[in-house]
Amino acid sequence: MSSETPSPASRDDASETAVQIDGVTKSFAGTVALEPVWLKIRRGEFLTLLGPSGCGKTTLLNLVAGFLEADNGELFIDRDLVTQVPPHQREIGVVFQNYALFPHMSVAQNVAYGLRTRRVAKAEAERRVRETLELVKLSDFADRRPRQLSGGQQQRVALARALVIRPRVLLLDEPFSALDRNLRTAMQVELKEIQSRLGLTTVFVTHDQSEALSMSDRIAVMSRGRIRQIGTPSEIYDHPQNQFVSTFVGDANLFAATLVSREGGAARITVGKTPFEVQTFQDALPAPGPVSLFVRPEQCRLTEAGQPATVTARVALSVYQGSHAEVHLDCAEAEEGRVMLRVPASAAPKPGTDVGIELPRTGPAIYAREEEGEPA
Amino acid sequence: MKKSLLDHVLDWTGRIVLTAIVGFVLLPFVVVAIASLNESAILSFPPDSLSLRWYANAFEYRDFAEGLVNSLKIAAFGALIALVAGAGFAYVLDRYDFALKGLLNGVLMSPLIIPNFTIGLGLLILSAAASLPRTMWLVVAVHVIIVLPFVVRSVYVSLKNFERGYENAAESLGATPGRVLLTITLPLLMPGLISGGLFAAILSFNEFTASLFVVNQRTQTLPVAMYNYVREYADPTLAAVSVIYVVVVAVTLLAVHKLFRLEKVLNVE
Repeated sequence: MSSETPSPASRDDASETAVQIDGVTKSFAGTVALEPVWLKIRRGEFLTLLGPSGCGKTTLLNLVAGFLEADNGELFIDRDLVTQVPPHQREIGVVFQNYALFPHMSVAQNVAYGLRTRRVAKAEAERRVRETLELVKLSDFADRRPRQLSGGQQQRVALARALVIRPRVLLLDEPFSALDRNLRTAMQVELKEIQSRLGLTTVFVTHDQSEALSMSDRIAVMSRGRIRQIGTPSEIYDHPQNQFVSTFVGDANLFAATLVSREGGAARITVGKTPFEVQTFQDALPAPGPVSLFVRPEQCRLTEAGQPATVTARVALSVYQGSHAEVHLDCAEAEEGRVMLRVPASAAPKPGTDVGIELPRTGPAIYAREEEGEPA
Repeated sequence: MKKSLLDHVLDWTGRIVLTAIVGFVLLPFVVVAIASLNESAILSFPPDSLSLRWYANAFEYRDFAEGLVNSLKIAAFGALIALVAGAGFAYVLDRYDFALKGLLNGVLMSPLIIPNFTIGLGLLILSAAASLPRTMWLVVAVHVIIVLPFVVRSVYVSLKNFERGYENAAESLGATPGRVLLTITLPLLMPGLISGGLFAAILSFNEFTASLFVVNQRTQTLPVAMYNYVREYADPTLAAVSVIYVVVVAVTLLAVHKLFRLEKVLNVE
């Protein structure tokens, strides 16, 4: 099964490819940080590299930026081979996690830095700095020093500094991680607006799945130096192709099940002793035997105990969330012993209640059983 | 919480010990400063009656004036050369990996364990063997060797604490490696460089043992001039010079503090 899911917008037209990564690998002192990776990033696309720390996402970003040199493979930006090209000739804009604003320069000097290195004429440079500061709403702060600005303002300076050089690709390395939650959401909207207005090819690195889902055109989910799945946010969320992706993006319930028989994406399974027939979204299913049945919380329904065709469970805890309640259930058939469902806050059952879980007939997925911590 | 008797005892013992240590550190200077005001022509403590005549004598004595000029010149050139060389070595040690890195580090630090008189004697023998004239530059060379470890250490620590992200940011904005060094790395390392240079200058200004071997009448430094004076005369002029000496160094430090904020320069912020 290919990990690259073709989406309707995909055209394999070379002029539409802004960044092409061909079998690039990287090791540090014998430890593999990046297995061979192939990836094409389209012009104007907002692509997110999503994964836990140590998954290789930052390594991949640093390879595109040129701060690291690939061990193997080739890298193209706008069809130019840049594998050996130093960062200062790559024409890329980078926003760093801690912004890396030059502390000895004013905001305007920071933004102008990339124009001075390009020997842009003074009047032209001043105009572009002014326009870019306007774009990020910092016109009044041109003469300030970075340390006199708030976190959100610093981030805008970092963005302006990267944008002003009109980069071929914009690289964002966890740019929101230092901001508090409200500001983070506001900055996400702002960044996304600017990015789509300028039609800027953007590679965004994050470990925050909600950030990835809300901002990206496509997401590449990574773990252990590999891309585990690449697709639109809804493809990733609705149709995760392996257990890692299913649990890393969104909330997942995994039941220990036995696959009895299969036909295409349809399967007969048993969970505990209860037989089910399900239609998965998958094209192919693992071999009959012990499997993991994956269901999103919103796909399950809570019923009274003892109903036919349900999995039995007992309420451990109801967590009030305002618009709804999260019900955590002890369930012998769940892989982690726990299942989580969402119900209207008024319908939250009391702890200790025996209940049934009704599984969906269509929409779940069946994965080969993964050993703890081992990728499939 | 109520303090126990033990806490009080420890508290007061602590204060007394601290005061004693501070007093002990300052004691020599206080004694010398008071002795410098002695009216009579002997170095004694406490003074019989007070006078500033030995300060006047210190300013009139030509060897001191010449020694001061020599010392300032030697400290300035020595610190500058040591700073440039030391910063270069520190950069190499921080940024590059090579086979003999440990050896280079050891050699650069060795003046810390080789006695100053050995360094002075070594250069004296060498200059004699090579028939080099005993110019000021010979003294400068000795001083560079002595102060180099301090400069290397100071700059190396600054480099270790340096945020490499600044350099990456500059590179991504199109700056060549040379430009990154000039516009980002060097300006941001300035406190470390000033600190290293300042320590080098003060150490060189105070250096006596090694200088004694390599100076002659024309190139003698202030400490050597003071030593030669005290071999001939025992009046309080030397105490007066000591006070002037300390004041000059203190004023220099204060000026640096005003200009660059000393806490930052000394990395104690």
